[in-house]
Amino acid sequence: MPKRNDIEKILIIGSGPIVIGQACEFDYSGTQACHALREEGYTVILVNSNPATIMTDPEVADKTYIEPITTEIITKIIEKERPQAILPTLGGQTGLNAAVSLAEKGVLDKFNVELIGAKLKAIKMAEDRSQFKAAMGRIGVQVPESVYVNSLDTALKIIDAIGFPAIIRASFTLGGSGGSTAYNIEEYKEYITTGLETSPIHEVLVERSVLGWKEYELEVMRDLKDNVVIICSIENFDPMGVHTGDSITVAPAQTLTDMEYQKMRDAAVRIIREIGVETGGSNIQFSINPENGEMLAIEMNPRVSRSSALASKATGFPIAKIAAKLAIGYTLDEIPNDITRYTPACFEPAIDYCVVKIPRFNFDKFPDTTQELTIHMKSVGEVMAIGRTFKEAVGKAIRSLETGRSGFDPLLPSGIDAWTAEQKSEYLQTKLITPTPDRLWHIADAFRLGMSLDEIYNYSRIDKWFLYNIKQITDLENEIKQRHLKGNDASQKNRDFAMDAELLAKAKQYGFSDIFLARLCGSDEKTIREYRYRRSVRPVFKHVDTCAAEFKAFTPYLYSTYETSCEADPTTKRKIIILGSGPNRIGQGIEFDYCCVHGVYALKELGYETIMVNCNPETVSTDYDTSDRLYFEPLTMEDVLEIIHKEKPEGVIVQFGGQTPLKLAVPLEKEGVKILGTSPENIDVAEDRERFALLMNRLGLKQPENGCANSAEDAKKIAKRIGYPVLLRPSYVLGGSAMRIVYDEQGLEHYISHAVEVSPEHPVLIDSFLQDAIEIDVDAISDGEEVFIGGVMEHIEEAGVHSGDSACSLPPYSVNNEIIEELKKETRIIALALNVIGLINIQYAVKDKVIYVLEVNPRASRTIPFVSKAIGVPMAKIAAKVIAGEKLRGLNMPENITMRHTAVKEAVFPFLKFKGVDTLLGPEMKSTGEVMGLDKDFGRAYAKAQMSANYCLPLVGSVFISVRDKDKKPIVQIAKKLLQMGFKITATKGTAAALSEENISVTPVLKVIEGRPNIVDHIKNNEVQLVINTAEGKAAQEASFSIRRTALTYQIPYFTTVAGAVAAVRAIEALKSGTLDVRSIQECHQR
Amino acid sequence: MYRRVACVYELLHVMKMNEKKAILVLEDGTCFNGCSLGAAGETSGELVFNTSMMGYQEILTDPSYAGQIVALTYPLIGNYGINEEDVESYRLFLEGFIVKECSPFSSNWRSKIDLSEYLTKNGIVGIQGIDTRSLTCHIRDFGSQQGIISTVDFDMIRLQEKAKSAPGLTGRDLVAKVTCEKPYDWVNKEGAPHLSPRYKVIVYDCGVKYSILRKLAHAGCSVHVVPAKTSFETVLEMNPDGIVLSNGPGDPSVVSYMIKNIKGLLGKRPIFGICLGHQLLALALGLKTSKLKFGHHGGNQPVMDLSTKKVEITAQNHCFAVEIPSQGMLHKSSYGDVEITHLNLNDKSVEGLKCHSVPAFSVQYHPEASPGPHDADYLFDRFLQTMKS
Ligand SMILES: Nc1ncnc2c1ncn2[C@@H]1O[C@H](COP(=O)(O)OP(=O)(O)O)[C@@H](O)[C@H]1O
Ligand SMILES: Nc1ncnc2c1ncn2[C@@H]1O[C@H](COP(=O)(O)OP(=O)(O)O)[C@@H](O)[C@H]1O
Ligand SMILES: [Mg+2]
Ligand SMILES: [Mg+2]
Repeated sequence: MPKRNDIEKILIIGSGPIVIGQACEFDYSGTQACHALREEGYTVILVNSNPATIMTDPEVADKTYIEPITTEIITKIIEKERPQAILPTLGGQTGLNAAVSLAEKGVLDKFNVELIGAKLKAIKMAEDRSQFKAAMGRIGVQVPESVYVNSLDTALKIIDAIGFPAIIRASFTLGGSGGSTAYNIEEYKEYITTGLETSPIHEVLVERSVLGWKEYELEVMRDLKDNVVIICSIENFDPMGVHTGDSITVAPAQTLTDMEYQKMRDAAVRIIREIGVETGGSNIQFSINPENGEMLAIEMNPRVSRSSALASKATGFPIAKIAAKLAIGYTLDEIPNDITRYTPACFEPAIDYCVVKIPRFNFDKFPDTTQELTIHMKSVGEVMAIGRTFKEAVGKAIRSLETGRSGFDPLLPSGIDAWTAEQKSEYLQTKLITPTPDRLWHIADAFRLGMSLDEIYNYSRIDKWFLYNIKQITDLENEIKQRHLKGNDASQKNRDFAMDAELLAKAKQYGFSDIFLARLCGSDEKTIREYRYRRSVRPVFKHVDTCAAEFKAFTPYLYSTYETSCEADPTTKRKIIILGSGPNRIGQGIEFDYCCVHGVYALKELGYETIMVNCNPETVSTDYDTSDRLYFEPLTMEDVLEIIHKEKPEGVIVQFGGQTPLKLAVPLEKEGVKILGTSPENIDVAEDRERFALLMNRLGLKQPENGCANSAEDAKKIAKRIGYPVLLRPSYVLGGSAMRIVYDEQGLEHYISHAVEVSPEHPVLIDSFLQDAIEIDVDAISDGEEVFIGGVMEHIEEAGVHSGDSACSLPPYSVNNEIIEELKKETRIIALALNVIGLINIQYAVKDKVIYVLEVNPRASRTIPFVSKAIGVPMAKIAAKVIAGEKLRGLNMPENITMRHTAVKEAVFPFLKFKGVDTLLGPEMKSTGEVMGLDKDFGRAYAKAQMSANYCLPLVGSVFISVRDKDKKPIVQIAKKLLQMGFKITATKGTAAALSEENISVTPVLKVIEGRPNIVDHIKNNEVQLVINTAEGKAAQEASFSIRRTALTYQIPYFTTVAGAVAAVRAIEALKSGTLDVRSIQECHQR
Repeated sequence: MYRRVACVYELLHVMKMNEKKAILVLEDGTCFNGCSLGAAGETSGELVFNTSMMGYQEILTDPSYAGQIVALTYPLIGNYGINEEDVESYRLFLEGFIVKECSPFSSNWRSKIDLSEYLTKNGIVGIQGIDTRSLTCHIRDFGSQQGIISTVDFDMIRLQEKAKSAPGLTGRDLVAKVTCEKPYDWVNKEGAPHLSPRYKVIVYDCGVKYSILRKLAHAGCSVHVVPAKTSFETVLEMNPDGIVLSNGPGDPSVVSYMIKNIKGLLGKRPIFGICLGHQLLALALGLKTSKLKFGHHGGNQPVMDLSTKKVEITAQNHCFAVEIPSQGMLHKSSYGDVEITHLNLNDKSVEGLKCHSVPAFSVQYHPEASPGPHDADYLFDRFLQTMKS
């Protein structure tokens, strides 16, 4: 069918900030969709509140709205732009939900906008679990038995029919919380009660559990001619009970006979037809009973998903792009396969390698929560690795994770050799039964301790085929130890290391990294590497080509493997390698992929061949048509060096991908690799605190008083000298968060005795902690002669709240001009002193008009995309050109940027996903993503940022205030303002007293410890619309914990800093002074 | 070629420690060192690669592979072992088997024995641990050719000679090797469906896959299988409602007796041709067949039904194909017009045809799948329809 010409304007809704369960995969899919639709001549309107995305670049859509994804705002955009259609299936759950509510609220009818891809009916049928169940009944596909209940009584009546363990899911919970597995009647009662409580319609679904069954996913595509193809099958390594997002997954399915697979395929085809998803991709999850092959459908996502991104990268089939083309009327047979060119997209990819995805977790940031993996997703990112065998792929995936593990490193506790057999097997049992991020490694340990495969299976329920492969790995490990440990004692290890080349090559084919081999043989990475080179045990590179080599591939999308024929054939063009940022994690997310992609674009403009190296399947950078050549590889010395040797680039860029590639700068240079941009030497000066301190002194710039302690005594002395409070940065942490503010000597003692180790090998860095200081971020580009200041961002929250967690305003909203000019001056001085070529980010703290330098990052920073979009200058692109040798002068930079608007960045946090975690902010970053609010003044911009971050500020109602003593003064003004605006104020005793003294009318409420009904009851009863709560010191924080946690669960906006509260008040004022209007960034930046 | 081979040896020799060595040599001298899989010995045949990611058991038992050494492009094979149900014939007809890594451990609730054990039991000589992707690229670029696997002789020159002198597929009647000796009736394991057989179907066994018989029986036909050499008179005497020309190995043009039979049956009974059966029907109708560069072997081949313009993802396994008639998509035959009904979207080759004036149609691909998608199931109903009218 030809494409539709009855529509010419299409609205795409993005997925908003990066949160657990919705990461950059939707930037990838949205960006592909925008490109695909514009390629076909459609006008694309885009709305997404996340500035750190490629899709919100002004070039990607015709009109780009960086605005809150709310019905109200999108309605305004629709009214203004009048699109004829919305493509709702590419913006994740957020985009889908937004589209649904627009439809249900009649907005789409009013402006006659059509839903293309999936109609409302289909979306509802797939999303509403009872409708889905009914649909499956109609086509004879089995689903787990389930019952909806509205009261504990009925719940107790039906449980016998369902049986234990039972899955309990609360309906329509805010923030998708609620839902747990009950193993016994007590838990059952508890979960039902909380479930009914959290469900706005007091309804929970009780579902038969199939924990331990095998879990599979199919990526399905359908077109308007009703052609249906399966793009990829995915088998979960972790059985049912661990969310697919948290499971290690493998493509294609490994342990299904064709008979079983085709049964699943037939079901998938029937399902997508019955649900009625017209065009595009859907993700369908199945479960299979390993005992008898019984198959159940678990759920369908009527949209592209995280798994679609994975499937696209795993097969080379661009699901999102094709989905977009199908939505506007094309059929699969009309769209060519980009990779093979001469064959159509209407086929099912055949792959001739094994793909392994491992999720990346960040529990280290949340020591107070359990690491158990459940049916709720907790991972913050993922890596994908490609190998010719599962063993090779899993090994590559492990080292892609960057968790300090170079393979199946043993996790056995020290002294275990002394344990009895019982103790050992007990230890292993618990480690194997409970799914946690470490279970993969515990399996290897179990084999090391001689546990049988069957036993391991009985505890873990992980398919024996996977277990066997891990056994093969540990067996080889043994063989290597046997044959090579002897004669390699420390004294003479490096000099004459030797290893049977056959064994070495086999180890490489089994996915062993050089570092891991070094550990096994008591040698070091370099020695192994050089020996490997001498014996010419080197990897080759093969194509990901969608067709298992049946047809020639035209797009160089490559992975390494230890085989014989290499398909890389590098060109002789001028080329540059850009190293990516690896898996998303807290502190290093999509922003860095954004910068890498811009680097690629800029270098292409300069005529270079661009080569991308990355291992994160969610990203735009790993799209096969972003760079000229894509290597889907781990970002380790070993793997990167092999690529460099193969490609022989002019140089390598390490400053766009965050710390991951930056860490490689010095070692790569040691291996004779040319690092482009700021020199490794200067990178090291900035990164090494001692060298950096010297530089600051030389330049006469202030740092917070600091010192470096090698012992507890030392630490106390230094702390005394500096004066409390101090900020501690240990180099070695015994678990839990690293940075810590301590207010007195006990605090210090406690911390040192409990949390960290202090020794000459593990010194602790001690800074004087600047209280109530304003923190400021500056991003700039330097070419070694000139420095372009992109933005000076004033943080809302004071120093002490990590820069990544505090909101910030561009331009600054309170600091005066001298300070700003001084900050710019210092930035220039530092940039030139470090001879920075490319990007630099500096964090300052301003206290009593004195400027302190907190840290300098000689690389792209988290705020680059935010700044670029706020000022309308593509910082990363320009930096890339400077790195390639251009001068800022030649790039006609705007002299000084005059902003006609204010941009506010706000962070979003994953607290809801982690039971028992406090929401107080500190020097350790905890946020997963950010949003941007753009408007004519600070108040409105901040208000929009809050809306986007899903904290809906109230315009009326009652505000609860409870603050620590030092805040009791500043809070007065806030309270006054709120009263003027017609809010009621309630407060806990102390705060209430302080306020009444200033004769502010306030209703006192009980603290949780003071009896009931207390503040928590009031929040639950919806009698509180806003919470302002600051707390200092362990006791106070524990006492007020439940307040913050309840506010979180009930989605009541809360502020844990006075600064935040002040800003909130200004925002509420702005909101009351008139409605918000919308402006595309193209309009904002018209010059 | 030889230079690459040398380095191939260097590295690939590697994994074969404590495993028995095996070598694969191609007609053109390309050589791969791996280790022995299945039976020891030496075997030669035409090399083909199959891109199906699952279904190795069905592939191994498919008689159409007679005369061929089959390489699987998916590297991890044997994971789910071998079961009792998924068989397509009573024995293994292929000449040899090539995989990257054969799993020594099988995991599946139906699995009875491991793949390697199964191959040994059935005397199949195979090789594993070679770079199957480079082999595939080689066949893709230079076309299919003879190859030899040996676990006894490692002299490349001598092996290359043997490979060259091995009989090719062209001009060789392999059907005679695989067809059944005497007629037999087929009944499905689960027994016939309750309804009494609606149609009596005779299946010409040119190397028939059991799944074709299963599908027919399941559709409510009484299924009678006859040897390929059975004369059409004999078949007509059995008074069937319809006739199925089965799949099978090799070059259709030399299976003259089948072509003769088909001519005798055209117009007398409804005919349904599958794969080789399709090629034989085409020949009987005066169309030409020829050998493809490396054939179609896999479960992801897109085929368009030209009447509905809908695409089905099909299972295929053939080296020869029907040529597009000189007069275009319509061919005038002594049995009336013959229409090309299906095309392969990858290479636009003929995938199906239909006679206008006599009840006969055929497809190049496998509606019985096994292994592969079930998209083409409907063809069996279509056959039932033609028998009704
Ligand atoms: N009935 C069940 N028994 C056991 N585990 C289940 C069951 N249903 C779902 N799960 C597990 O919970 C995970 C999430 O459930 P799912 O229905 O996919 O919701 P989501 O929309 O969060 O993906 C699944 O990946 C699966 O591992
Ligand atoms: N001396 C200090 N006084 C007050 N706050 C500080 C001080 N040093 C660091 N911080 C706070 O800690 C946060 C993290 O410190 P930083 O040095 O930037 O480490 P990171 O490498 O994690 O960004 C900063 O954003 C700032 O809010
Ligand atoms: Mg799911
Ligand atoms: Mg910082």
